[in-house]
Amino acid sequence: MLELEDIQYIILTRAPALVGRYEFLTFRNPEGGKAWLAGISERVQSVEKARASLDKDNRWVSVGLTWNGLRALGIDEESLATFPEEFKQGMVARSEILGDTGKNHPDNWRDDMANPNLHGIVIFFARDAGERDRAKLEHQKLVAQCKGVEIISGLDLDATPPLEYSHDHFGYRDRLSEPAIEGSGVKPAQASSDIPLKAGEFILGYPDEAGPPSNLPQPDVLIRNGSYAAYRRLQEHVGAFREFLCQNGSTPEEQELIAAKLMGRWRSGAPLVLAPEKDDPELGGDPQRTNNFNYKEIDPHGYAAPLGSHIRRMNPRDTAANMNRHRMVRRGGTYGPYLPSDAPEDGVERGIAAFVICASLVRQFEFAQNVWVNDRNFHELGNERDPIIGNQDGTLEFKIPNRPIRKKITGLPAFTTLRGGAYFFLPGLNALRYLASLRQ
Amino acid sequence: MSDMPEKKDWTKPAAMAIPKGGFLKKEEGRYGQIYPKSPACYGFTIIARIKPGSEDVIRQYGKTIEETIAGLPDALAVLKLHYLRWVLFDIKGDVYFMYQGIFDTDFDKYTEDAVALFSKYGLTTVFENLEGFPADWKTNTPAFVKFVREHQRPSFLEYGEYPYVSAEEIKKALKLKDAFSKMLDQMQ
Repeated sequence: MLELEDIQYIILTRAPALVGRYEFLTFRNPEGGKAWLAGISERVQSVEKARASLDKDNRWVSVGLTWNGLRALGIDEESLATFPEEFKQGMVARSEILGDTGKNHPDNWRDDMANPNLHGIVIFFARDAGERDRAKLEHQKLVAQCKGVEIISGLDLDATPPLEYSHDHFGYRDRLSEPAIEGSGVKPAQASSDIPLKAGEFILGYPDEAGPPSNLPQPDVLIRNGSYAAYRRLQEHVGAFREFLCQNGSTPEEQELIAAKLMGRWRSGAPLVLAPEKDDPELGGDPQRTNNFNYKEIDPHGYAAPLGSHIRRMNPRDTAANMNRHRMVRRGGTYGPYLPSDAPEDGVERGIAAFVICASLVRQFEFAQNVWVNDRNFHELGNERDPIIGNQDGTLEFKIPNRPIRKKITGLPAFTTLRGGAYFFLPGLNALRYLASLRQ
Repeated sequence: MSDMPEKKDWTKPAAMAIPKGGFLKKEEGRYGQIYPKSPACYGFTIIARIKPGSEDVIRQYGKTIEETIAGLPDALAVLKLHYLRWVLFDIKGDVYFMYQGIFDTDFDKYTEDAVALFSKYGLTTVFENLEGFPADWKTNTPAFVKFVREHQRPSFLEYGEYPYVSAEEIKKALKLKDAFSKMLDQMQ
């Protein structure tokens, strides 16, 4: 059984929140950082605590630290050296590996997100804007009491209407896929295709799919029940996306189909593999069925879901090797104002700000970015990248298999641009207390 | 991550001279600098001295692999290989092992997949008989990758008679030929 009383709730639980706030911090001295950590860690919920009062709570709090942040708190060099290379380097230094080049390059990020003195993040999720404002205010007070701690920037998150179900600014239903984890106390939503994975794939200190834990950073008290999170702030170019659909579909039905082909799911969430001809919103909203499919037998050539579609790249299911070593937990939400369907592009930034949570950034998150999202030759496609989150510069294409001949869209525009990102360590609750009480 | 442009003319044989060190430009991969794709696709040439007295064990490994592949023809499919060559040779009384592969995924992914594969099939890899090979390779992919990178001897020239064509494309072409033959048979 997992130590659910020590693991941060965000790793295994999804809060029923409609709004959120991320605040990015720097610690100018270890004392201030530790004081902040002591203050905030009291409010961080464990999986156990969050689950016990999920219906009553209005606010959920998580904390992450960069490698530079651990150093700023006074962790000794010997221990710092035991962390994995990619975490030590941070997301900015890994930009080329991740495909964060051109417009996505850290030089173009907003709100000082590439600042090497980014040390920590506090993640608030709340039921409503009033609760978020209270959280912000309380946090400002805490920061003001901690000498040397400063907020570099912050980001408000707001669910986009209609609020009945979670979706992004493009209208795609979100939060559909959640890996089943052994010992997490959650029954997998879907049937056969999702065998629970060993907890060590997501939480440090437990056996993973390759065996007992090995090569973990030190000391154990710092690492146990921790995890890593890759933060990605992706601006969604809603105007460009809608224009693209109009250009490539002459009727609303054709436009919906093009949108579905890019994603591999209808915007309702229904997977094309199970609903190839017509949308099936009921299927899209049914967690028992919406992930219960594979590709190799049902859709080997991509006649339903194109080989290069977003969900086939992010989770190739039975068409990639060692899938059990590349799964990820996703948390986050949308930011920026809703753009009504009849409104022209207003130039205001809106998008998704999400965390990819895993036990190995290089083997899970970076692998997905490098081998699945941005490899032009994924599935022998040649000259394609992920149509939704891949690095697009207008020179690549997207192929939609069809009989007798496929449709090839050339000069695919970028529908998203990376506006910020970082690698965080999400310590267990004991580890947060350990860090807060570190002696110099 | 493959950054090769799509349009490569497979009808035109091509050669590529590779600078000393093995890299054409500075491009970072997950485990270090990326070795380039040449007209002969991705590949490596790993050379290392074997542990004294292990030559017979290594030769026996040839038989093990032969049997594994006979029983499980898809066992190595994930590595996207064209060809592999295992060679033993002497230098001044020491025996060296050379492992040369031509494949279609990049170096980092190949090595990562190989670790998972060898662990999965319980193969005590021939590498365990090489000097300096990390004992904890099954659980320490970065150490495995480091060893492979340290013992990689990059080509200074590579040639492709049908450049940049992947094994998958070749198999597709052969399947197509096969399908046409069958179609013509049906027309008789």
